[in-house]
Amino acid sequence: MKWLGSRAAFAIFVVVLAVVPQVAPAFWVTLGNYIGLYSIVALGLVLLTGVAGQTSFGQAAFVGLGAYTTAYLTTKYGTSPWLALVVGMVITAAVALFLGFITLRMKGHYLPLATIAWGISLFYVFGNLEMLGGHTGMSGIPALSFAGFELKSENRYYYLIWAITLASLWATNNLLDSRPGRAIRALKGRLEMAEAFGVDAARLKIVVFVYAALLACISGWLYAHLQRFVNPTPFFITQGIEYLFMAVVGGAGSVWGAVLGATVITLLKQVLQDVLPWMFGRSGNFELIVFGILMILLLQFARDGLWPWIERIIPRRTPPPVPPAEPLPARDPAARAGPLLEVRKARKQFGGLVAVNDLSFDIRPGEILGLIGPNGAGKSTTFSLISGAAALTSGDIRFRGESIGGAPPYEIARRGIGRTFQHVKLIPQMTVLDNVALGAYLRGRSGIVRAALALDGAEEARTRSEAARAIARVGLADHTFDAAGSLPLGKQRIVEIARALAADPMLLLLDEPAAGLRFLEKQELAALLRSLKADGMTVLLVEHDMDFVMGLTDRLVVMDFGEKLAEGQPADIQKNAAVLEAYLGSVV
Amino acid sequence: MKRVYILRALGAALAFVLAGAAVADINIGVTLATTGPAASLGIPQKNTIELLPTSIGGEKVNWIVLDDASDTTKALTNARKLISEDKVDVIVGSSTTPNSLAMREAAVDSGTPMISLAASAAIINPTDPKTRWIFKTPQNDALMADAVAVSMKANGIKTLGYIGFADAYGDGWLAEIKRSAQTAGIKVVAEEKYNRNDPSVTGQVLKLISANPDAVLIGAAGTPGATPVKELVARNYKGKIYQTHGVANPDFLRVVGKDGNGQILPAGPMLVFEQLPDSNEVKKTAAEYVVKYEQKFGTRSTFGGHVYDAYILLSKAIPEALKKARPGTKEFRAALRDALENSNVTGTHGVFVMNANDHNGLDNRARVMVKVENEKWVLVK
Amino acid sequence: MDLSIAALLAQDGITNGAIYALLALALVLVFTVTRVVWIPAGEFVAWGTLTLAGLQTGAAPGTLKVLVGMAVIAGLMEAWGCLRRGQTGRLPRRLAAWTGVPVAVAALVWWLAPMQLPLPVQVLLTLVTMTTLGPLLYRVAYQPLAEASVLVLLIVSVALHFTLVGLGLWFFGAEGSRTPAFSSTSFTIQGVNISVQSLLVVASSLALIGALALFFGRTLYGKALRATAVNRAGARLVGISPDFAGALTFALAALLCGFSGVLIGPITTVYYDSGFLVGLKGFVGAIIGGLSSYPIAAAGALLVGLIESFSSFWASAFKEVIVFTLIIPVLLWRSLTTTHHEEDE
Repeated sequence: MKWLGSRAAFAIFVVVLAVVPQVAPAFWVTLGNYIGLYSIVALGLVLLTGVAGQTSFGQAAFVGLGAYTTAYLTTKYGTSPWLALVVGMVITAAVALFLGFITLRMKGHYLPLATIAWGISLFYVFGNLEMLGGHTGMSGIPALSFAGFELKSENRYYYLIWAITLASLWATNNLLDSRPGRAIRALKGRLEMAEAFGVDAARLKIVVFVYAALLACISGWLYAHLQRFVNPTPFFITQGIEYLFMAVVGGAGSVWGAVLGATVITLLKQVLQDVLPWMFGRSGNFELIVFGILMILLLQFARDGLWPWIERIIPRRTPPPVPPAEPLPARDPAARAGPLLEVRKARKQFGGLVAVNDLSFDIRPGEILGLIGPNGAGKSTTFSLISGAAALTSGDIRFRGESIGGAPPYEIARRGIGRTFQHVKLIPQMTVLDNVALGAYLRGRSGIVRAALALDGAEEARTRSEAARAIARVGLADHTFDAAGSLPLGKQRIVEIARALAADPMLLLLDEPAAGLRFLEKQELAALLRSLKADGMTVLLVEHDMDFVMGLTDRLVVMDFGEKLAEGQPADIQKNAAVLEAYLGSVV
Repeated sequence: MKRVYILRALGAALAFVLAGAAVADINIGVTLATTGPAASLGIPQKNTIELLPTSIGGEKVNWIVLDDASDTTKALTNARKLISEDKVDVIVGSSTTPNSLAMREAAVDSGTPMISLAASAAIINPTDPKTRWIFKTPQNDALMADAVAVSMKANGIKTLGYIGFADAYGDGWLAEIKRSAQTAGIKVVAEEKYNRNDPSVTGQVLKLISANPDAVLIGAAGTPGATPVKELVARNYKGKIYQTHGVANPDFLRVVGKDGNGQILPAGPMLVFEQLPDSNEVKKTAAEYVVKYEQKFGTRSTFGGHVYDAYILLSKAIPEALKKARPGTKEFRAALRDALENSNVTGTHGVFVMNANDHNGLDNRARVMVKVENEKWVLVK
Repeated sequence: MDLSIAALLAQDGITNGAIYALLALALVLVFTVTRVVWIPAGEFVAWGTLTLAGLQTGAAPGTLKVLVGMAVIAGLMEAWGCLRRGQTGRLPRRLAAWTGVPVAVAALVWWLAPMQLPLPVQVLLTLVTMTTLGPLLYRVAYQPLAEASVLVLLIVSVALHFTLVGLGLWFFGAEGSRTPAFSSTSFTIQGVNISVQSLLVVASSLALIGALALFFGRTLYGKALRATAVNRAGARLVGISPDFAGALTFALAALLCGFSGVLIGPITTVYYDSGFLVGLKGFVGAIIGGLSSYPIAAAGALLVGLIESFSSFWASAFKEVIVFTLIIPVLLWRSLTTTHHEEDE
């Protein structure tokens, strides 16, 4: 999701924006101000809800925090509004950290309700505190001054609002197109995968939450100095719902959706206000009804919001190939004598059921080891134990001589074990390049602030170059900029391998990579794995497909009922009586 | 209705085309809370607009009515729209105090007089430099609160419990009654808040009763004023129950039913104009309005009366202003403001005598004490 | 606070909680089967009260107009769908079901309204009206989006909420109404005053919950709904039409909400916009139940009612703050104790 296609379209937008106060009727400027204010809040929601998947109804409360902080400080203490902005942001960040810490531990449906809960609480706190003017509110908030200009007129304020809106759009867009941005996109429905590549999901969620809250705070500050009057009603849950509404209607997947949604809804309300009395007479009040109906129709015809429609008409330039850059710091490949991975009496018990029963085997450097067995043998559980997705009940697993039993998935990734998933876990709307770049998460260091301010250019170039290299390595260079979800399953599995490669692993764990592939796809996959092995990669392969396994692996470990049944060369295993009995029932 | 609008649209288009050459219309912008929590105030106000004539002082008048959904941001946006798009000469609205406070900025910035329809005196507080352009027609809460305190004192009330809305109206009344009660030597021993949509007020009422006040004042507007009454009666509260002028509408009587008997409230005289002596100054004007309103809409509304009063003020002020400037100009609005400031007219709620320090102008003639008896309003002599 | 006050507050809390519980059940039901977060449930509660109040005055309630309007729209949608798929043979039956039945119901209620029939009959008419409205709402607003994400369905719910509030204002006016209580007597046990109305509310809620439990546990349709709730795709594969499941769910949910409205009408004045906050409190209960467990949802709703009642005694100005802030630790506890799998959107 880069700066969309044409720079020209954006330039036209900015020009129109700048020209409006000079030529359009004054009321358009008023509307433009409110659209800008709402866009800033909706933008935070696009990031928080649209991209990261955390539905929040409580943004209006943060707008209120920003507005009330500045109202209180400027009217009671005569503080400079700019200082009040800083204070407001600090307070909002503190409150958001606190609330986020509690709320974001909740999963699924608890989160939106918690946002409703504190959204309503904060509203009533605003309304009941005498010092904040109670429900009647506070008037007489001074106007802003900037470099000697008093920003009292709506026209001047318009430029300030839109400057801030555009800056927020720029920062958020930078953010989404960066290392933390890729991780944020994985927060929605791909948590397990993200954590396997080193993303600290809990911390990231809170950071995104605070970011959205800060945007809302800024909007509130601007609002207070525009209206020069605050009272609690604009910060009630109904307004919080409307912000979410704007984000979804505009298109919650894109930063421009925020602006579009804010514009459409604000203008629609004005149009209805003018047109409906003309059509139906003054006696009834139909704005709300018509508005609701229009929104339902809109969503029935445009589920992803309106922005995708507009995106289609903006010309998109084909992205230039990724320029090569210096590789990211690589792992020290110093060879060690002895096995790469040792599984020592690994045991996994689920209550009374023993899934893995004191299993022991080694993986030697540079080999492709296959782990096979009939259904229910415990292969997947063993895989989970090695990748860190499940905890050992007893026993140990050592990688390069160091114990990794009990280590969390990201730690295991950091040590140099990469993996793919049984059900492909790519982010479908993201390009292949970005998906693969996510694999290199642990090799980078840019945080949210650097990303938003576009200071991460050098590291990003190196990361993208690494990813491009990995993609070329697996033979998918032609699909670098395609959306990952648009590729057939076979190629998607190969993208997963590229992603695992981007983490610079020494050992690749592949979980049923041939499942669901057609014959030719399997051949391509096998060829790729052989070529990786030729470059020195070690591979552990859990698989069902016998043909695939037999032709590809150097050694096999056969499991049954959680124990190792046999171990050896594929040719020997094929003749092993115990193995045949386990698979077929008995030897003829 | 549609035809009228088409005619108006054509008329406006014609006026636009002939701009500058012939007569300019007088545009009066109105923003009301016809939806949202304050809809029971805004709807009768909107209805009243339909009764108003379309010409004043020989000039054509356009009433432009917008809904602000009881929301302050919308009220301010409407005000700005009326001023810059519709080029109104005066703004009437809004129905609630916070909305009116928010709109002041727009009125003051553009030099447009504004007549508010809301309760709090803070809107026109003379020490605030903004209020030069702001007027209001409803009685100030303070005026009504004083009447309540006086009545309580006459009834020997020494302690008072208050239960009111958790919003600007309730907050405002609480502040006023505390002040008035103190002057009358009455102590406020309990303060409770509730919301109009609360399913029950059991907790609040129990707390009130445990403080054992001689009387309870309910600070609510519209039918929610009946909710604490029902609870108080159910708990066998024997003291006097007072209401505010906000419940002076027939739906309240319908909802409170028999439980309302004996309650006392201050109200604009128009509520019971039939029971006023003929010598009462307000009776004739009130009667004119109420009869007209009831003919078209069924039952009278004191809230609607505030709009009619705004019209009466304007009907005297506009001809004055026309002597000095043409409508649609800055000078006209300034002249209108000056004329309004010197108003001396009889409205439906009282006699308005305004000056530079008092942009409301009502006095004791604007209130009577009314008792509820068998689902009717009875004047307390 | 002495025992009698505590008892009164508890009684108040439980009565309100019982009403919220019905709402919570409706919300859990709708979410599990259709993945819709049904925010307009509150409007159905308010409309239940207001419809009954309308019948009380002898006038045909405005709900009937909405019923007919939606029936016509649903009929058109069905016709369009059938014609597009070339299934003209099924059209008459579909139209009879989607348009014929609701219009017949509306006509019946309209005819009976001026007769001022006794209260139980009017309650029945109200419930019939509301129950017919539920599936229509599903057909018109949600069915076209049945496969959309939870977020989109949620936003549709919000839009629907706005529409219904606007319609409510148009048809029922801005002022509120109360409905008569089934009983105005009360008796005293050990110095504690207990009103028969409260007992009736709790008893009828329990009865309805029991009836639902029987429905889900013993009848084929109930089991079909449970199956759809567990696995939509699997249910389709065994022949349970998701559209039918959705319509039936909404009918039941509308019945629950309408009944809530009838129960809440004598207790408090209900306005065209009362539904939202009532719905929100039911929603709290539903979420405490994880949007999946009925008993915990009901218990959660009861908890909300009790907290509300007691905090309105202790600190009425901050009542909402207390209710909604106390919910947060409960949510935290619930979220930590439930297993959660990532949703495939």
